[in-house]
Amino acid sequence: MMRHEAAVGARAATRTGQAGHILRDAVLAALVALGLGAPLLGLQTVPAERGLTVIPRPGLLFGAIACVFVGRLALGAFMARRAGRAALATPAPRFRLVPPGFAPTLGKAAGLALLLFALALPFIPGAGRYEIDLATLVLTYVMLGWGLNIVVGLAGLLDLGYVAFYAVGAYGYALMAKYFDIGFWAALPLTGLLAAAWGIILGFPVLRLRGDYLAIVTLAFGEIIRVVLLNWVSLTGGPNGLSGIPRPTFFGLPFSMAGGPGTFAGFFGLEPSPLHRVIFLYYLILALALLTNLVTIRLRQHPIGRAWEALREDEIAARSLGLSVVAVKLTAFATGAMFGGFAGAFFATRQGFISPESFTFIESALILAIVVLGGMGSQLGVATAAIVMIGGFELFRDLEEFRMLVFGLAMVAIMVWRPRGLVATREPSVALKERRGVAAAHVGEGRG
Amino acid sequence: MLVVENVVAAYGAIVALKGVSLTVGRGEIVTLIGANGAGKSTLMMTICGSPAPKSGRILFDGEDITGLPTHVIMRRGIAQAPEGRRIFPRMTVYENLRMGAEVLEGRHFAEDLAFVCGLFPRLKERLAQRGGTLSGGEQQMLAIARALMMRPRLLLLDEPSLGLAPMVVRQIFAAIRDLNRDRGLTVLLVEQNAYHALRLAHRGYVLVNGTITMQGTGAELLARPEVRAAYLEGGRAQDAR
Repeated sequence: MMRHEAAVGARAATRTGQAGHILRDAVLAALVALGLGAPLLGLQTVPAERGLTVIPRPGLLFGAIACVFVGRLALGAFMARRAGRAALATPAPRFRLVPPGFAPTLGKAAGLALLLFALALPFIPGAGRYEIDLATLVLTYVMLGWGLNIVVGLAGLLDLGYVAFYAVGAYGYALMAKYFDIGFWAALPLTGLLAAAWGIILGFPVLRLRGDYLAIVTLAFGEIIRVVLLNWVSLTGGPNGLSGIPRPTFFGLPFSMAGGPGTFAGFFGLEPSPLHRVIFLYYLILALALLTNLVTIRLRQHPIGRAWEALREDEIAARSLGLSVVAVKLTAFATGAMFGGFAGAFFATRQGFISPESFTFIESALILAIVVLGGMGSQLGVATAAIVMIGGFELFRDLEEFRMLVFGLAMVAIMVWRPRGLVATREPSVALKERRGVAAAHVGEGRG
Repeated sequence: MLVVENVVAAYGAIVALKGVSLTVGRGEIVTLIGANGAGKSTLMMTICGSPAPKSGRILFDGEDITGLPTHVIMRRGIAQAPEGRRIFPRMTVYENLRMGAEVLEGRHFAEDLAFVCGLFPRLKERLAQRGGTLSGGEQQMLAIARALMMRPRLLLLDEPSLGLAPMVVRQIFAAIRDLNRDRGLTVLLVEQNAYHALRLAHRGYVLVNGTITMQGTGAELLARPEVRAAYLEGGRAQDAR
């Protein structure tokens, strides 16, 4: 008997030790349940002829204790198994952030939940004009984050002047409407093309730059666009900006308080309400953001998306595999810029007024922060970061000047705990049957 | 197949190659040995078009490829397993291999994948794993496999043995020999590990300070006292086993 036990070996010993530990833990929990339950559950007072009498309820008490004991055992066993699996899967459990195979499904569920929430938001009771406006703002940044994510997260090109494309889109639409009387829907694709063209114009001179050098040039580009907008008074109105930018229509039906037959409210037989337009704008930016997301997800499985990621990983290797770095970089800049342009056109039509003040460097920095905090390349991470950052900004509005401090601290905290962003795992663009997610922390920055 | 004529290459003012000429015939394994800083890797990079040579000519299959952009040269049938391996660390092994097939737009992908998995069974086990989590030897196998996915006619290997255990080196060199023998793949191999490289190669060149100083068959070079003195005696104790 003894010898048999010895032969089972150290593995069993640790397992027995673990089992003993779990058992002790469960007994302890049961004792606590007894202590708490004896007066709370075990005794019941019932009104009697004179005052109250106490009657014992041993069945309920021991039932509850048994539940606690069994539940605690099961929980302990579950945690031990999970810890065991984690220890097996990785040599350094300290870095383990997500169990293998767990993150993708969790990510999908979270993404779906977020999407459903976003779709239902305007109809959730308690969601008034303020909430929908805030959600619209958040979604604008989600879209900008996703757009910049193509350039920074996928292609690995550090762009500090992304707001330039946002400005190009906004001014593009405003000027088209002012001088050529082009409506929002016709202008939308044009602003995208315009911004993409500017993306290529920026791309050419920076083809040979990488990292910090690239960042400085893109930063300058963003500032140049802003300074031109500020000083070209005859075209852009300079610091006074452009006002009276036409509002979008619902497929030709304007939103109007008059409520005539040709308006949105009149056509659908609704009571005219300013909320209609707010909700419409919300769904518009939601659709635009989802378009950005969809295109990005599709492109990742497309040769061009793979080429972007290869470029981010290793430019020399990408070139030695026959990829044209020029084409890869320019398409990344152009695609990212295009979505910035769309977002800009939306911004212009939503605000009805734009000025260079909306397109300062701090905007670029904010969008970049969203991408970096979210985890470069992760769509869900970027969305989460946008919600946290823009939502947090609103949440701490009462703190006034301390808001930036809280904000900065939060960013430092995220970077300390999640140095590679909120969602640091890169999901393979091709799934194999056997899926093993490895937390990015293992991969490190090294080139092996 | 590959003719390098009097190629001069420089990084700014520093001249790394001072008129190098060599040829690689179809179906040959040719090795280029030399010390650190002799210009071996520069020659490799120059053949790939970056940096472009200052003077001289490079012919591939009789066509002048001097000064063409890298991606055009690579699309003509030259593949490279670059120095330092340079696999894509955050991509899975499968995705790395897929990137290799990008030039062919994914044609023959399944077939080629099966082939490289047969050549390096270790990679097959690790297809879903991220490149950065592989061991050095596995990364080197991946770099070679990724290059093979391009279906090259000429394979350039830049120090495949660097930093690897002797047993892994032997495995990789055996794979190169098999590729050459069974598939007729032409290989230009740059190595510091002169003993193994010269044993494997049909012919070899010795590069010293940007100039070819010796050439001959692998066996001839191995027998030369100056080669032994400069490149073998030191490393022999661990390599020759």
